[in-house]
Amino acid sequence: MQDGWKRYKPRFLEHSDQASGMYKSLFNFRRLWKQSIVTTLAVVLLPLFTLAVVDYSISRKALESELLLRTTRLVSNLRRTLTSYLDERVFALNFLILDNSFEQLADENRLKQLFENLKSGLGEWYDLGLIDHTGTQVNYTGPYKIRGMNYSGQDWYKKLHYKEQETYHDSIAMRSDVSDVFLGFRMTPHLVISVLHNDPQGRHYILRASLDIEQLSAILSHFELSNNGDAFLINHEGIIQTPSRYYGTIMKQFPLPVPPFSPRTEVSEGEDHLGREIVTGYAYITGTPFILIVIKQKDTLMETWEAAGGKLLVFLVGSVVAIVAVVFGICTYLVNSIHQADQKRLASLHQVEYANKMASIGRLSAGVAHEINNPLAIINEKAGLIRDLFTFRKEYAGDQRLLGLVDSIINSVERCATITRQLLNFARNIQVSVQKVNLRQVVNDVLEFQIKEAGYRNIAVEVDIPAELPEFFSDRGKLQQVFINLVNNAFAAMKEGGRLEIRSRLNDDGTGIVTTVRDSGCGIPPENIERIFEPFFTTKSGSGGTGLGLSITYGLVTEIGGSIAIESTVGAGTTFIITLPFEYHADKGEAHAGTVG
Amino acid sequence: MRVLLVDDEEELVATLAERLDMRGIEAAWATDYRTALAMVEEKEFDIALLDVRLPEMNGLDLKRLIEARRPGMKFIFLTGHGSEEDFEACSAESGREYYLIKPVQIEVLVAKLNEICQGQGGRG
Repeated sequence: MQDGWKRYKPRFLEHSDQASGMYKSLFNFRRLWKQSIVTTLAVVLLPLFTLAVVDYSISRKALESELLLRTTRLVSNLRRTLTSYLDERVFALNFLILDNSFEQLADENRLKQLFENLKSGLGEWYDLGLIDHTGTQVNYTGPYKIRGMNYSGQDWYKKLHYKEQETYHDSIAMRSDVSDVFLGFRMTPHLVISVLHNDPQGRHYILRASLDIEQLSAILSHFELSNNGDAFLINHEGIIQTPSRYYGTIMKQFPLPVPPFSPRTEVSEGEDHLGREIVTGYAYITGTPFILIVIKQKDTLMETWEAAGGKLLVFLVGSVVAIVAVVFGICTYLVNSIHQADQKRLASLHQVEYANKMASIGRLSAGVAHEINNPLAIINEKAGLIRDLFTFRKEYAGDQRLLGLVDSIINSVERCATITRQLLNFARNIQVSVQKVNLRQVVNDVLEFQIKEAGYRNIAVEVDIPAELPEFFSDRGKLQQVFINLVNNAFAAMKEGGRLEIRSRLNDDGTGIVTTVRDSGCGIPPENIERIFEPFFTTKSGSGGTGLGLSITYGLVTEIGGSIAIESTVGAGTTFIITLPFEYHADKGEAHAGTVG
Repeated sequence: MRVLLVDDEEELVATLAERLDMRGIEAAWATDYRTALAMVEEKEFDIALLDVRLPEMNGLDLKRLIEARRPGMKFIFLTGHGSEEDFEACSAESGREYYLIKPVQIEVLVAKLNEICQGQGGRG
């Protein structure tokens, strides 16, 4: 894993710019990389996230208002149904009390008959009783023996009676009463509907009937309420009147506050006593003590929506991952390309400068050599003349000491001449582009400059270049630089007592010459070998190495159409293998010469 | 063998001429092109030894002027400057082997002169 990352890790991440001036990188690549990734991601992802959030909240709001609307409609419908259910029964009793005189109603058989009719028409009646103006039940039909019971002390009676005393009530709503649900003697929940009547004789009496709440509950549960909905009645005191699924049993206190009176259907959002999010709808049922309550659990209602939202979220996350991957890849690729181009630019700048430097050195050495050569020639001739005089005229022939002095002058002149010729040779080879070269000669010229250092450092140098190797056309200056760089590199890698071997031979198919430059130096670790020809790669940190020597060497060998390879063992030494073709690719050489000039 | 030496360094050409004389080679010298041309018109030479860089006129142009007057004369270029242009030009004019860089040992010069002249009857 670690190795894999190392292999694919872009080079620019490790880039550190040590150069200055014109050799400085144009960009900070890590920053460029980070900035381009962050900017691209921001530009792409921000609108995406914004759209996602906006869409999320809009559709959620739409769903919520739809939910409220649906609840409102449900509560209204239920209220209408309940109202008409109760009204129906009130009207039925009202009809009986209007259609029958007090005497008829007081007749046991008649009342029984009416009760049966009532049951067959509107069902669920429990009993039917007639109460006179004193509050005494004068007639009764039903399962209990409660005839003669006095109700004048009971609230519902007082209420009706009170109403009656206020004024004469013709409105049926004012003359009737629907009681709370209560258990009564029967210990089953029921409610009582009472209707008061004043007959023309001035008597007032009450027809009173009990009603099982089963049908009422059935109506409510019929509207039930998919998805954990709950519809039930409470009275104004908050006592639960019909069965509730979640908020307690009949006759128990409703756990939430009793909603305030409102003539219309009301819907609101909130939390119940257990902290669940709910939508509550309620309506006061006029003429009764009941409040219709409809409660829906919000989370289950939103479930389907959230499932769809989940899919969208997965899609969003997938898109984000894909976008990040693509942006990351493209930015890395682009920055890496820029980095490579920049490195190439720097390397060629270096190479141009290096070539310029060499050209300057060449001009300087030629100038110096010329200036020295003229006086040297005069010294040479004068000393030669003295020697000739000794030789030809015999005047001083006997003075061996003078002759020795003159010879020593002539020898010194010859030594100086050798140096200036070397300088001129060097200068000429810097400037000349393609010519016939003798590899053996080139290597010897190079070593001539280095042989002193080798001597000081006790480095053995062995050259094995067969004289019969053919001469070939190449750029002598570049070839010379290649060997200067390789020999310098070998010397830098070796301690005292090292050994440098330079060997040449024809390559296998006879199309070129293979030269190996082997040192017994410190060697190069395998992880560095693949980077050794990269510009600015150096292991000589702090010793002024630019890390360009071998990259320039690589460039030069490539330019003259050759190839260079490396073999190395840490601790044993390094071998550079240069293959030079006999066929010189002049186009490349000229292109380079152009940049130098 | 008669040799004409042309170099702006009088010290050099005068000494060289004397030394060649001692070796039986008849040598005359000049330090500028006018004198050299006058001498060529006046007298016959086998070989001219010319400095590439002379005042007023370079050795190559001088070679052409002399050649116009004395066709068949041989030339050796002598220079203290091993520059590319000189080398290229001299090689084109006379062949690479007739290009010598100062200082030259007298034995080398004599050998070269003999080599060039051998078609004309060796030592004169």
